[in-house]
Amino acid sequence: MRKFLLSTVAAAIVAVATPALAHEGPKLEKQDWSWIGVFGQYDKAQLKRGFQVYREVCSNCHSMRLMAYRNLSYIGLTEDEIKDAAGEKQVQDGPNDQGEMFMRPARPSDHFVSPFPNEQAARVANNGALPPDLSLMAKARVGGPDYIYGILTGYGDAPAGHTVPDGMYYNKTFPGGNIAMPPPVDDDRVSYTDGTKATKEQIAKDIVAFLNYTAEPELDVRHSMGLKVLGFLFVLTAMFYALKRRIWADLH
Amino acid sequence: MSGQKFDNKVIQWVDDRLPIFSILQHSAVEYPTPRNLNYWWNFGSLAGLVLVIMILSGLFLAMNYAANSALAFTSVEHIMRDVNYGWLLRYLHANGASMFFIVVYIHIFRGLYYGSYKAPREVLWWLGLVIYLLMMATAFMGYVLPWGQMSFWGATVITNLFSAFPVVGDYIVTLLWGGFSVDNPTLNRFFALHFLLPFLIFAVVFLHVVALHTVKSNNPLGIDVKGPQDTIPFHPYYTIKDLFGIGVFMMVFLGFVFFAPNFFGEPDNYIPANPMVTPAHIVPEWYYLPFYAILRSVPDKLMGVLAMFGAIIVLFFLPWIDSSKVRSAKFRPLYKQVFWIFLANTFVLGYIGGQPPDDTTVMIGRIATAVYFGFFPLLWLLGKIEKPRPLPLSISAPVLKAKTAAQPMEKA
Repeated sequence: MRKFLLSTVAAAIVAVATPALAHEGPKLEKQDWSWIGVFGQYDKAQLKRGFQVYREVCSNCHSMRLMAYRNLSYIGLTEDEIKDAAGEKQVQDGPNDQGEMFMRPARPSDHFVSPFPNEQAARVANNGALPPDLSLMAKARVGGPDYIYGILTGYGDAPAGHTVPDGMYYNKTFPGGNIAMPPPVDDDRVSYTDGTKATKEQIAKDIVAFLNYTAEPELDVRHSMGLKVLGFLFVLTAMFYALKRRIWADLH
Repeated sequence: MSGQKFDNKVIQWVDDRLPIFSILQHSAVEYPTPRNLNYWWNFGSLAGLVLVIMILSGLFLAMNYAANSALAFTSVEHIMRDVNYGWLLRYLHANGASMFFIVVYIHIFRGLYYGSYKAPREVLWWLGLVIYLLMMATAFMGYVLPWGQMSFWGATVITNLFSAFPVVGDYIVTLLWGGFSVDNPTLNRFFALHFLLPFLIFAVVFLHVVALHTVKSNNPLGIDVKGPQDTIPFHPYYTIKDLFGIGVFMMVFLGFVFFAPNFFGEPDNYIPANPMVTPAHIVPEWYYLPFYAILRSVPDKLMGVLAMFGAIIVLFFLPWIDSSKVRSAKFRPLYKQVFWIFLANTFVLGYIGGQPPDDTTVMIGRIATAVYFGFFPLLWLLGKIEKPRPLPLSISAPVLKAKTAAQPMEKA
């Protein structure tokens, strides 16, 4: 048993020591997200508020191509609300019987309609900078949700000696300190229908929660299934161990 | 295999024509195994299990994946979002790759510690190294398939290594790419090869097992089996011990899959491949990092590539480099220390391989590279100067003695 423990420890060291690779940058403050930990789950009300922020603020510049309007039923939007959210955007469809392409309102089965038709259009409208697609943002940056929260709340005056180019903003979390995105969140930037006070921090947390959901929509199911699977395996392994002891007993 | 009698008439009928049941009986049930194998001997069967998990999860992923540079990234996200339990398949496969390497590295270092590469197990050791090389190639090509930033740039860096070879280098690279840069043809051929190689691995694993069953397992004492009192039948003793090991392993593996599925991954690989934007640092997957560190420690590109490949090739010669007749490090006081230094040095190399190169890390990397290659001549020298401790007369003798001595405590 001692040898076996050693082996597990060795495996754990290999697992922990090696992939923690180099990543510099400012220290990120760890926030207390509802989905962290083995029992962690999304707060659906928060996701719904986060979607409101995305819809009213972020979606003016940022696409979210991997999400479909139908996915919003998971965070608690009713069928009508989903139809409304989709219907306010136009998508190209066709060709029709006349062989012509035409525009129609988006349907729940459509993916989120991007604010710009292509990268060049996005750049020219944003002072040369490309607002990245947000679908996977919470998995695509070191620090994930804490990094996005750090960006959203990291605006401020540049420290002495740091020059910010024209059309850029100082952000202490962003690598290099200069970011092209204007400060996106502020107190009362949105008005929540569920009575939550829309402070800057609250808005930032809500949108981060929504972005984490769009990056890991399976998280709730994954966590609850994982608990069951590991519970089962624990009992099974304990029985294997008891059986092993019993079978080997006659050898000693 | 002849003369096996089964009670069941159908089984007997089949067995007389195709001796699968005799073979099973011979090599998985009665198979005489040293009675003193410790838990480090679990990792061979664990590696076999992971290979099966990888082939199965990979098969179902391939049914939903599109090997086209315009579609690959989105098709992986389609698997994650729209395919039923697609996220589970993909996370099993991605974390399974890391688990495969962890298990195999432990398996290899166990062989090093207990001298399992020495006569008569040289071919067994070679076959294991061939499996390891095939795994490296398979994992590399698999990592390219999601077509994220790290897929693309990792593929660019690693394939470019071959350009270091004089005369043929550029032709090899063009052949690997299927063109003049990493692009759609590269992705296509990597997918085809990534699907093929696991079956080659499976075939070599089969040979590995055949060789194992010919020369039989080594054991922690490293001495030969002297008679039936030294062995126990594989079933039920080692089947249950392996099952217990599998249970523990699955808890670790699935712990990652369900609760930290991106632990071994790079965030950059969730950004679609973009040939116009190079990531800040390009790091290969963790299991290549020691070799990546060796590559970067040598100032000359060709010499670096040769050193990197040489670091693995040299292992093939280990049975002749090691001049000691004693297998197990248990009875080799000097080798035992050298082994732990070599293991620690591998961790140092792995850590350095993941750091951006600067003066300090390059210097540490060079020292660690020297230590890595210094290990082999030292191993030859050790056999000449080391005075091994006396070997026990047989496997059963010390096992029984130790048991009686440790009786009161060993019950725990």
